[in-house]
Amino acid sequence: MTIPITRNEAPVATLRPTGALRRRQRTEAVVKGLLGLAAAASIVTTVLIVFSLLEPTIEFFGDVSVKEFFTTTKWAPLFKPARFGVWPIVAGTLWVSLIALIVAVPMGIGSAFYLSEYAHPRVRKLIKPVLELLAGIPTIVFGFFALTFINPELVKRFWPVGDVGAFSAVGAGLMTGFMILPIVASLSEDAMSAVPQSLRQGAFALGSSKREVCTKVVFPAAISGIVAAVVLAVSRAIGETMIALLASGSRPELSLNPGKGMQTMTGFIGSAGSGDLPTGSTGYKTIFAVGTFLFFITLFLNVISIRVVRRFREVYE
Amino acid sequence: MTITTTSTLDQPDRPAGADISLVSSVTPVRRTRDLVFRLALYAAIGFALATLIALLARTWMDGSSKIGLDIIKNQPSERPARAGIQSGIFGTLWVTGFCALVSIPVGVATAIYLEEFAHQTRWYNRLIELNIQNLAAVPSIVYGILGLAFIARGPIGWGPTVATAGLILALVVLPTVIIASREAIRAVPSSLRTGSLALGATRLQTIRKQVLPAATPGIATGCILAVSRALGETAPLLLLGGLTFLTRNPGGLDDRYTTVPLLIFSYASNPKDELKEIAAASIIVLLLVLLVLNGIAIVLRNRFQKRW
Repeated sequence: MTIPITRNEAPVATLRPTGALRRRQRTEAVVKGLLGLAAAASIVTTVLIVFSLLEPTIEFFGDVSVKEFFTTTKWAPLFKPARFGVWPIVAGTLWVSLIALIVAVPMGIGSAFYLSEYAHPRVRKLIKPVLELLAGIPTIVFGFFALTFINPELVKRFWPVGDVGAFSAVGAGLMTGFMILPIVASLSEDAMSAVPQSLRQGAFALGSSKREVCTKVVFPAAISGIVAAVVLAVSRAIGETMIALLASGSRPELSLNPGKGMQTMTGFIGSAGSGDLPTGSTGYKTIFAVGTFLFFITLFLNVISIRVVRRFREVYE
Repeated sequence: MTITTTSTLDQPDRPAGADISLVSSVTPVRRTRDLVFRLALYAAIGFALATLIALLARTWMDGSSKIGLDIIKNQPSERPARAGIQSGIFGTLWVTGFCALVSIPVGVATAIYLEEFAHQTRWYNRLIELNIQNLAAVPSIVYGILGLAFIARGPIGWGPTVATAGLILALVVLPTVIIASREAIRAVPSSLRTGSLALGATRLQTIRKQVLPAATPGIATGCILAVSRALGETAPLLLLGGLTFLTRNPGGLDDRYTTVPLLIFSYASNPKDELKEIAAASIIVLLLVLLVLNGIAIVLRNRFQKRW
């Protein structure tokens, strides 16, 4: 890197600011102000999100009682007579996310162990970009695959309970699990790679096998990063829309059998929002009520993740 | 956990002075466990890669018969023989272009502010940082709700237009741009800054002539990845009026639009099997574009990024 010689128009080392220096200080302040303004845009975004969600939500609870929303179990806000029991779509979201976690947590952490502890550096250099590529695939593509392959070819054939139609929560869940797998894998791998080599060497010197180093040294040392990765993945799974819309269907269903199609919260927002609901109608406001619920769930999860990382971070120097 | 302990100190019944080589503690049980663990890890990574291959192969099988110039040239239609994605391609270009035009300057400016100017101790700077972390985890469909309430309808009232969609996607990818740009700027060693300042350059000159040029490959990589995320983003646009079979290409920011992912969604959710093939072919087009963009990002990162 060559450092170009910068020509200054004015002497710098004067005790009292001369005209040129003052001008320069003023320019610097203006630029700093402009950059700060850009940074403030992110705050404005958050404020606008909260504001846009809360106002119609409050109006919504003027039309529909909180009691009906949280204690009844029939969800049909756009039909007549309208029913506003939110649990069926919450159950859909929970099923999809739970199945996604069952797939992504063991597979993701396993992949991370492999990449960080077992893989030859050359193999790792090959696989890591593939994982990154996987993380870059649009979710609509996963949704299509779940609809045209996982549901008809896997779930329909192998799901043990009940009849499986074109849509199933389990199909959407499996696909969502695969979608969040790269998040779990690459963030966990980062955490594991950050564990200092001396800890491993110490354990090996005491006669541990590679598996024991993984499970008893690397895993506990990296646990904060792994937990944060999982929490972030959960919030991705809960917020995932396209897979849920395409593969889990649009019928709200409060059921213990995830082989059925179930609408999720995001699925409801997506399908109700893509119609042409008149502004101000109760159906229109329902989108915002569900959105608020969703926003606060993911906010809560994110706060937990940040806390976990802060509190349990092991600092090695 | 004591079953597999390896230390011979745990076996007090062993006579003193006996052979305490480590080999003796490699019991068959332990060796089996090691093997099972290793195989489980291979299975995990193998499963991930196999699913990826299955996904790509299956999509190719579904869509290869429809791949060709027709799908790019035809306008959206319910009739499989004439169905294509032309207006979606133009819509995607317009929307993603506007998104990049908004998100990159704002994101890079935020990153410069946070890395070069902000005092980490001030509460408002910490608030901005925490807030960006939070925004990165907000589901994209929630941004769609914001757009519906404030920009498409409501106070701004731009309607279901390219500008609305581009602006909302810009907000969706803004945290990605900021985080990537910050990392790139942080990677520039401070010796470069102090050297420049010592030669009499001002802070602004240092940023413009030293820090930014050195950080550009990293920033560019981050921006390309952010734009490719915007390219495939579907959920928020559902709420912003993009889900239509538009047969006319958008001609400006205030025109109606649809995008390739939205058309894929329409075709995929149509019960006609032949339209699913159109969806698969459109996915192949989309993935090819993304592959090229990602390839550029990787080349940029490998070729131009300096290790300090």
